[in-house]
Order: sequence, then C-alpha cells, then structure tokens
Amino acid sequence: MRDIFIWLNDQLLRMQWLSDLVTLLVRDVFGLDPASQIGGSVHFFIYDVIKIFILLGVLIFTISYVQSYFPPERTRRILGQRQGIGANIVAALLGTITPFCSCSSIPLFIGFTSAGLPLAVTFSFLISSPLVDLASVILLASIFNWSIALAYVVIGLVLAVLGGTLIGWLKLEDQVEAFVYQSPVTDHDNDGKISRRERLSYARDQVIEIVHRVWIYVLIGVGIGAAIHNWVPETFISALLGQDKWWSVLVATLAGIPMYADIFGTLPIAEALVEKGVGLGTALAFMMAVTALSLPSMIMLKRVVKLPLLLVFIAIVTVGIILIGYIFNATAPLFV
Amino acid sequence: MIIKILGSGCKKCLALEANVKAALSEADVKAEVEKVTDFVDIARYGVMSTPGLVIDEKVVSSGRVLTPPQISALLPTA
Repeated sequence: MRDIFIWLNDQLLRMQWLSDLVTLLVRDVFGLDPASQIGGSVHFFIYDVIKIFILLGVLIFTISYVQSYFPPERTRRILGQRQGIGANIVAALLGTITPFCSCSSIPLFIGFTSAGLPLAVTFSFLISSPLVDLASVILLASIFNWSIALAYVVIGLVLAVLGGTLIGWLKLEDQVEAFVYQSPVTDHDNDGKISRRERLSYARDQVIEIVHRVWIYVLIGVGIGAAIHNWVPETFISALLGQDKWWSVLVATLAGIPMYADIFGTLPIAEALVEKGVGLGTALAFMMAVTALSLPSMIMLKRVVKLPLLLVFIAIVTVGIILIGYIFNATAPLFV
Repeated sequence: MIIKILGSGCKKCLALEANVKAALSEADVKAEVEKVTDFVDIARYGVMSTPGLVIDEKVVSSGRVLTPPQISALLPTA
C-alpha cells in the first residue's frame, strides 16, 4: 500500500517519467551529458517548465471549479455571520480558494470593508489569499515533499489569522480611505448556484487567463532556478544565505518583498536554493515575501488605505515571514 | 441611456461589451457605451468581480458575461 502511494507520488506529482524522458532528450537528441553543467541546466529548465505547466493547468482547473461555489459575495456573507477569531480562521481558509492575482484583492478589500466586515477579518483574508492556495500546496509537495507542503499551509494560515487579529487590535478603522466606507454594497450573484456547464467553462477560462498571465514569470523563475542550479558557485550562495549565517532569512525576506512574481515562478528558485544548501526556512521566507508583498500590490493598497495602516500591514507580514523562516530553519530536520 | 462596462480590459469584459452592442442593435436602442477600467472606480460601484454591467448608474450584473438576450431583458423599456 505504502509502495503504491510512493509510486503514485513519484510518477504523478514528481513526474519521474518526465524527468527520465527529458534525460533521454538531453542525452540522445541534444547530445549533452545530463550530469554536465550545460546538460544539467537544460534538463532542469525543460523538466521544470513542463512539469509546472502540467500541474498548473490541472490544478487551476480543479480549484477554479471549487471556487465557482464561492463568489466574493457569498464569501462576504459567510464571513459576516462569524465573529472573533473564528471569523479570522474562516477568512484565512476562504483565502486559499480565491483568485490567485493580487490585483483582485483590492476590489475584495473594498467590497468587504464597505459591507461592514471588521478589518481584522478582511486582512486575514488578504494575507492568506496570495500566500496559500491549493495549487501552490500541490506544487510544494511535488518539488519538496508532503510534510513541507502541509507545514507551509499551516504556518501560512497561522500568519494570516494572527496578522489579521493584530491589525484588528490596533483599531485602525480610521486609516481606511473614506470612500471605501461609502462604496455601495451590491449583491448580484446567485449564491454560487450556476449550472455545471457554467462551472466547467469558468474553470477553463480561468486556466487560460492565469496561464496567460503567469507563463512569463514561470519561465523567468525556472531560468533563474536553472542558473542557480548549475552556474552560481555554492560558496557564493552559502556565503550569502548559508545555514550558518544568522542574517540569511533577513536577506532573503527583504530581497523578496519588492519583487512581484507568482508563487509558481518562485518555487523553482526556492527549489534550486535548497539544493545549493540554503536552509529550508530561508527559501520559504523568500517565497512568501515575493508572493505576499510586492511593490505593485502596495501601490494599489495605498489607494484604499492610509499610510500608517499600510506600514502596519507590511511590518506585520514582514516580521511574520522572518519568524517563520527562522522557525523552519531551526526545525528543518523534521521535514526532510 | 448610459451603459458602463466595468473591467480592467480582460477578455471577458471585451466579450460583454460585444454582447451589449449586439443587444443594443438588436433592440434598435441608442445608448452610450463606456468602459470603466480603473479598479478604484470599479469598486466605487460595489462590484467585487468583473466584468460588471451598469445601466444608468445602476449595477445590474457582476462577474458574468451576459448573453445578448439576457442584456435585452435588462434594458429599460422605453
């Protein structure tokens, strides 16, 4: 039974067959030694790009289908019925099945806030939404393993719940631009009740739209990953981000914050970093920093909240990510 | 009559715009069709998922690409 699971995991998630096929391609068609520097980079690039796009297509389709049951209006109603930390937890969980793009979080922020949802709940949702989604969990399991993937989800959700709660305690309601509260509350969905055909076509459209949006980040991410994998000297990486350097998580987080990329593009970079001996926590911190915070999303958020609230949000998420990085580095032996 | 399409220029918004124009010419109704692309302006209508459809400043649909017959049904009867 266990062997069957391992086999399924290796073939379906890790796509061992694909790796073998690409090895054949690199060796017999390109005439490169897969163990050499160039051959290794070419293998990493082709294998990772194909794997990520296959997983991306299948996962986005599945998740979008589930997501069609939870239009924003319904999410808002569900959240409005709950109070206290329970609302934060539900918000963080619903954040995992919502749209992948940070560009959709602003309309959601306005829609939630104008309907009277507390800032604590809205921010739990806003933190969890880009950070944790089902697709990234499966990809993490594919690239690393299941315990790392599950640990990532749990800490991502904890960060969302605590971060949101903290923002709630600070009572920053007056730090939201006035027009947000004055926005009308409209409710035009039909509670997610649409036909299966509409769900399927919605899921298909989402796949097309998201692949269209993220393919360039995936290629860049895998390209950087391949370069790190075979060309950047290990001594250089470990001097900057090595396990024994106390500043490694700090550097990785601060470097990741301004960057804008999809989680799908950052995973191959994290993968290559870990293979070069960078701590798991450092790599995950980098990934979380890139996906949870970015300059474009801050500029968008600035239009709906005032500077103090924006800074509090950035500070809480940054400190949270750094803490998570150090905790993961300290406990890494449990996961590998 | 002023009809506004709310959306950042995604494919679905263009599809909705085309359907609106089809519905208008079918019903032989004259209306101004405008596009609202700024997300803050979109949110001012309380719309959380695009594309949204606004007829004379009233939100009539969001998050869906309506077909021309569905749009015709929403047009005010003159």
